[in-house]
Amino acid sequence: MPQTPPVISAKNVWKLFGPAPEKYLAGMQPGRTFEKIRADGYIAGVKDVSIEVARGEMLVIMGLSGSGKSTLVRCFSRLHDISGGQIMVDGQDIMALNERDLIELRRNKMGMVFQSFGLLPHRTVLDNVAFPLEMRGQDRHTRRDRAMEVIRLVGLEGREDYFPRELSGGQQQRVGIARSLAIEPDIWFLDEPFSALDPLIRREMQDEFLRLQAMLGKTIVFITHDFDEALRLADRIAIMKDGAVEQCDTPDRIVMNPATEYVAKFTKEIDKARVVRARGLAAPLNGTAVEGQAIDGSATIHDLARLLVNDARVALPIADDQGAITGVLNRQKALDLLLGEA
Amino acid sequence: MTSVITEVPKAQGSAAPRATILRLMLGLALALTMAQLAGILPAWLHRLPQAVIPPTALFLDRVFDFVQNDLGLIYVTRFIAEGPLEFLLDTSANLLEGKRRWPNLGPIPWSATAGVAAVVGYALGGWRLAALGAGTCVWTALIGQWKMAMQTMSVLVVAAPLAFVVGLCLGIAAWKYRWFERVLKPFLSVLQTLPFFTYLLPAVIFFKVGPTAGAVATIIFAIPPMILMTTLGLKKVSHEVVEAGKMSGCTRWQMLRHVYIPAARTEILVGVNQVIMLCLAMVVLTAFIGMPGLGAKLLAMMGSFKLGRSFEIGVTIVLLAVTLDRMSKAWVVKQPQHFEKGTPWWVRHRIPLLGLAVFVGFVLLAQLFPILGSIGRKQHFSQGKEIDVVIKSFLALDGIRGVTEWLRWFLNVKVLIPFRNGMLAIPTPAFILMVVAFCYWLGGRRPAIFGAVFFSIVALSGWWDRSIITLYAVISAVALATLIGIPLGILAARSEIWSRRVLLACDTAQTFPSFIYLIPAIMLFGVNDVAVVFSVLIFATVPLTRYTVEGLRTVPPEMTEAAEMSGSTRRQKLLSVQLPLALPTMAVGFNQAIMFAFFMVIIAAFIGTQDLGQELQRTLAGTELGKNFVLGLNVSLMALTFDMAITAWAEGRKRALGLE
Ligand SMILES: Nc1ncnc2c1ncn2[C@@H]1O[C@H](COP(=O)(O)OP(=O)(O)OP(=O)(O)O)[C@@H](O)[C@H]1O
Ligand SMILES: [Mg+2]
Repeated sequence: MPQTPPVISAKNVWKLFGPAPEKYLAGMQPGRTFEKIRADGYIAGVKDVSIEVARGEMLVIMGLSGSGKSTLVRCFSRLHDISGGQIMVDGQDIMALNERDLIELRRNKMGMVFQSFGLLPHRTVLDNVAFPLEMRGQDRHTRRDRAMEVIRLVGLEGREDYFPRELSGGQQQRVGIARSLAIEPDIWFLDEPFSALDPLIRREMQDEFLRLQAMLGKTIVFITHDFDEALRLADRIAIMKDGAVEQCDTPDRIVMNPATEYVAKFTKEIDKARVVRARGLAAPLNGTAVEGQAIDGSATIHDLARLLVNDARVALPIADDQGAITGVLNRQKALDLLLGEA
Repeated sequence: MTSVITEVPKAQGSAAPRATILRLMLGLALALTMAQLAGILPAWLHRLPQAVIPPTALFLDRVFDFVQNDLGLIYVTRFIAEGPLEFLLDTSANLLEGKRRWPNLGPIPWSATAGVAAVVGYALGGWRLAALGAGTCVWTALIGQWKMAMQTMSVLVVAAPLAFVVGLCLGIAAWKYRWFERVLKPFLSVLQTLPFFTYLLPAVIFFKVGPTAGAVATIIFAIPPMILMTTLGLKKVSHEVVEAGKMSGCTRWQMLRHVYIPAARTEILVGVNQVIMLCLAMVVLTAFIGMPGLGAKLLAMMGSFKLGRSFEIGVTIVLLAVTLDRMSKAWVVKQPQHFEKGTPWWVRHRIPLLGLAVFVGFVLLAQLFPILGSIGRKQHFSQGKEIDVVIKSFLALDGIRGVTEWLRWFLNVKVLIPFRNGMLAIPTPAFILMVVAFCYWLGGRRPAIFGAVFFSIVALSGWWDRSIITLYAVISAVALATLIGIPLGILAARSEIWSRRVLLACDTAQTFPSFIYLIPAIMLFGVNDVAVVFSVLIFATVPLTRYTVEGLRTVPPEMTEAAEMSGSTRRQKLLSVQLPLALPTMAVGFNQAIMFAFFMVIIAAFIGTQDLGQELQRTLAGTELGKNFVLGLNVSLMALTFDMAITAWAEGRKRALGLE
């Protein structure tokens, strides 16, 4: 992945809420803590964040309520003007864009689903979904066809003439999702997009986004409070606390090697066997002789549970997608992970 | 826990000097007054000598003259008046009342208007509003006031949309540019307290006598609330909706057109309601510059003490007001509904189609039966004379007459005249000191400083005595209104049902054009000071009662429950929990009562007072713009002084109680 230049690259981004954030930031000594900053009358919504999102990647942001997830995403889309640092989107410094370019960027490249939906109350479902298309000046007929297509996709067919207040919370959320699907942006910001959906539809929607990401190479920044969802979707997970990113890494490494105390606490309750893949636990070959059937490195330990219990070998060979042996998995280690240390 | 909250600690530190300052000011005022009563106060301390009073009016006349003629503003305004504005007014006058102007189609048969009113009412609020709309039209036509009513309406239908558009644009500008809002705010405060007569004269001079002047004055008067509501609504738009708009790639114009304004629909429509109601009230008042219509007729009838006809016109005005108010309020709460798929177009558009059909139908019918077109002089059902006899004989009943005459005597001789003389006896500086002390006590330093400046300007305007008489009428009326309105509100607030009834009654009463309140006053007391105070009194009681009920009803239930749990009696609960918590809201009502009173006192001038209103009304006949302006400004400055002090108090109190 790191070969192509990142789609979003944030360097030392700060977003302070308060009377004169830029001035304060300029005069602030480095390393000041969140509490100290708050004592000075500022809220650090985003605190010195540096992060990159590669093309076609799905980055999931997690963290407690108020940790700055939404704020960070709003900085990426320049709904907030950042107080310090730099954000490049597709190689452009978004803080340097003028109004026209910013509008163009949002019309053509970015889409967002809002935490509390942000539907226009006076427009029907159809008109809400068609809204971004209308703003781009598409003619009525085309935009209606396209809107109907995505409305069908999110399962709201037959409701297209309803007004938002006539819909349930989950249905409203699906209108918000449909609206962002309608333009199929390259870069997608999803702020808890499925929080109000029932498990069934939630899964369907997750699949839809996974499909889009895989087929069309969309870049997605996804906020969620649901770890299972994160694991299902994420290429990488970023954990935020008090505006700062504590750790940003692949799911297994977050679980296996938490960078800080906080991340460890955050991931303590998770069933590690569901997260860690065989290749993540494997040791390098280093000339060890391996025997017998190789196992798929991308399977989680949980997927391999039955095999691990029944197999008698001490070390199991691990194969990559092409079938080449890449390492060995110590069975005892895997069983410990699966069942907990004895 | 709750009982603690009702005791608001005074700001520390400032308490001691504050009491001293207050005592000092009042002491000085008292000393000056005593000296005056003892006859040892030098005359120049009692009233400012004529010599030091600057010729403000003359100076203003020069300024106006300069703007009007040298800068050529009058050509611009006259152009507007004789061009587009007059055209619009003529068109509406032709359609509604049949004035001989382009397009020469009118008048629209009253039955057609009634039918359309019914359809509009139905669309907005179902059968009840349909009945109200049609009923009002039928009543007006049958009673023989159709033409007059349409004269009034023809100005309203032009003034209200114009006021709406201008108010909306200024409101958007004020929301967009902070500096503009900051500049606009003080202007709006003054505009909202300036008596209507002060709008009329410049309108007449700049926009020529007749409907145009009336329309312009009306429009200007109705704009401020529209501005305020627009700004309020736009500020309240949820920021996620705004962000959704931005992420959809809206340009600035698209944001405004497709996101902000539709999302602020409710507040904007509340503004529309206020614009319509103010316009109606003001169009009626343009009678004072000789505009024909319901107001002019009412003025004439009351002037010649024809109570029956006055009563009928009053009913028409009230019906019109209630209809317009209910319909525009129904529009506020009406939300769009979707149609099921496959609904045919004539069902989707059934309301406009129905309206059109009813309209065409009645227009055709009116060709066959002229009575449906217009009701002639001899055909109407006005019972003016009979009602006149009934009212007058009712008032002449011994019981009634005894009471009204005693009241008149008692109020006049025992209350009003002594009070007025007392106020006039106070030396100017002492009076200003008392006002400042009052403001300081209520609202702190800022209102006190403004009070001092404002009242000094009033003193320097050269109209001190008349200002004091105006103030006397306001204070007496509001004091009496407090004695009636607050107990009434407290009583009503005891039960859910009565609260609702009283609130509804107050709401309805507040929609009546102020002019209406003069009718019962004149009926009961004839043409004199007591009638003035009485009309102001009923006008001012309404907001007092209303906010008392609202204040008491909105006391958080957990607080009253806490009081109940600690075993307090109803009376204790009221005095120690409910009233203190309701007081800030009640203060809003009190403030409104004072503002209303200032407004009404000036209008009541035509009954024959000796206050600023009287002088103001006199200027309407001439061209003394400067004097007119000075008089109006005096009213405005006095009103603003109270407004600032009371608002400051209510806000401070709310903050201290944690009610905001
Ligand atoms: N416009 C704003 N003005 C001031 N403070 C803000 C603003 N927006 C966010 N904040 C503050 O920034 C912090 C982060 O808020 P943010 O909405 O990003 O949290 P979040 O991680 O998305 O939480 P949640 O999971 O509840 O959505 C909070 O403390 C919040 O109070
Ligand atoms: Mg959030």
